[in-house]
Amino acid sequence: MTDVLMVEDLAVRFRGESGVVDAVEGVSFRLREGETLAIVGESSSGKSVTALALMRLLGGPPNCVVRGRATFMRQDGEALALLSLPETRMASVRGRDVGMIFQEPMTSLNPVHRIGAQIVEGLLAHERLSPRAAEKRAVALLDHVGIPEPALRARAFPHQLSGGMRQRAMIAMALACRPRVLIADEPTTALDVTIQAQILELIRALQHETGMSVIFITHNLGVVAEVADRVLVMYAGQVVEDAPVDVLLHRPQMPYSAGLIGSVPRLDDVRRRGGRLAAIPGNVPDPNTRPAGCTFHPRCAHARPDPCETARPALEYVSDGHTVRCARWREITV
Amino acid sequence: MNSPLLQVTDLAKHYPVAGGRTLRAVNGVSFTLRAGEVLGVVGESGSGKTTLGRVVLRLTPPSAGEIVFRGQDVTHLSRRALRKVRRHMQLVFQDPYASLNPRMSVEQILAIPLQVHEPSLGRADRRSRIEEMLRTVGLFAEAADRYPHEFSGGQRQRIGIARALICRPELLVADEPVSALDVSVQAQVVNLLLDLRERLGLSILFIAHDIAVVGMISDRIAVMYLGRVVEIADTLSLFNRPRHPYTEALFSAVPDLGGRRDRILLQGDVPSPVSPPSGCPFRTRCRYAEPDCAVEVPSLVERSPGHLAACHRPELVLASPLSDVAPLPRLR
Repeated sequence: MTDVLMVEDLAVRFRGESGVVDAVEGVSFRLREGETLAIVGESSSGKSVTALALMRLLGGPPNCVVRGRATFMRQDGEALALLSLPETRMASVRGRDVGMIFQEPMTSLNPVHRIGAQIVEGLLAHERLSPRAAEKRAVALLDHVGIPEPALRARAFPHQLSGGMRQRAMIAMALACRPRVLIADEPTTALDVTIQAQILELIRALQHETGMSVIFITHNLGVVAEVADRVLVMYAGQVVEDAPVDVLLHRPQMPYSAGLIGSVPRLDDVRRRGGRLAAIPGNVPDPNTRPAGCTFHPRCAHARPDPCETARPALEYVSDGHTVRCARWREITV
Repeated sequence: MNSPLLQVTDLAKHYPVAGGRTLRAVNGVSFTLRAGEVLGVVGESGSGKTTLGRVVLRLTPPSAGEIVFRGQDVTHLSRRALRKVRRHMQLVFQDPYASLNPRMSVEQILAIPLQVHEPSLGRADRRSRIEEMLRTVGLFAEAADRYPHEFSGGQRQRIGIARALICRPELLVADEPVSALDVSVQAQVVNLLLDLRERLGLSILFIAHDIAVVGMISDRIAVMYLGRVVEIADTLSLFNRPRHPYTEALFSAVPDLGGRRDRILLQGDVPSPVSPPSGCPFRTRCRYAEPDCAVEVPSLVERSPGHLAACHRPELVLASPLSDVAPLPRLR
């Protein structure tokens, strides 16, 4: 399968009043055609910043410095260096080659414009269409993402739709120009579980139909199990484990990955009455004061003073397609 | 059997809306909560679960029905009389960011309930009560001198829990206390509530939309749909043998670590409570609905001891999540 997106050594540094923050450090991955890559981690792990940096939505120096390489392969075979592309060309990548959906559709949709008009705007910006044809396409898109009475809803304002319907409208907008890649940043976190199931099903069906690749950003490994082919686990700005989804869920090597798996409440947990979830103790470190050595060691049950507190572990090869950032992964069973 | 801590009978909350119509947010709900028990209330947005919690606490007056708390009818108590009762019933909110005043230190936040309910407490005693409470919820005593923005979401929710518990209430209403948190932190807070319930003998009304989380913590579960309880049972009984198609669908929606499986996808959203469907409120999204379901509203019927369901088709055998969740196979 061909690669659609290649990211090498991506780093994002923010400079603010409280000093320098390395939000993302040395992130590398490849996204293949038709693949769903999940980026998993807690708040402030750098997972959203990674996506925003690739889309060049972070602002520029001196407050934000992005380093590394990101190559996007267009449908016609042209390779685009995303991080150095002129802004005018980047604007045509966003929305046409790469679509994005976010956690809270209410903040991503313009509250004073009708749903249909917002989709039409994107279509007219990227494709040669008459306004009439664009309007027809917008209604067809809303129909396609399962919005009932699409012609009526196209004339509605965002606040007149439910959370699930707004997220469907966002997806219609993101997919309007048939992008090769969809970046979905916590698209179901603000939704009811029932509506989450609908949205996951919709994304899967659309992906199956169009062959697009998806980068799915989430903190919930239960959701990952439902959608992903491959998983990148991030912690404190770094990739700490990278594996195919089955391998990660069944044979995680990094204690942090195992902790995330244990945190997911499962329906059969009710059999252990009064039992406790296997929570990860403590909190994600403040990006200003990350611990020395392995950044996860203060929360890790397997940590030893040597080497965990002294040296920053490297990403090590476990098997084909599986790497882990843990100095003790050979000795421990997580 | 002791008398229940909380007894709610035929409770209703109606709001007038434009056009002379009525929104029935809570529509004839009855349940009891025993001392030391955790009752889960589960349902989607628009099911009326949050309104139910607010009416039970008398934060908003009920339109009809009766609330008996600690043997006292609190349905029509005056504001003044309510203040005495409130000490024993407290609320934890969903959003740990919006529910703490950013201009107040944690000590000031936790001092307010003490000043209201225990005004005779001296300054030093108040401080030590606050420090003790912070340790109880897994924070450090020094947290008292900090401000909300210095804490993570999970820590803020601990502060919200500390505020609710500082006057030692008997009833805690927790409205989606973990929905806004990361899964890892959610597990910490669920575990904390389980600890507190054991240590303090707390009774909890735990309101959430995720039935897996509700199942972790609850002794009994009430499933709500369009303002009504459609099923109520012991947690194990509900999980072993769900008797309402809506409950079956809620189970099916939970993302599973075992990966993709066939789901019962609920179509569309909860209908508007202003114009609910005729007959069974769930029939428009129910895969088992028959024409007869549109005629009458089904009543809650006891189907096995302590297990009640409101469904016109009692013959249905619905899927239990405990029979089809395969344990995660170990590959190694």
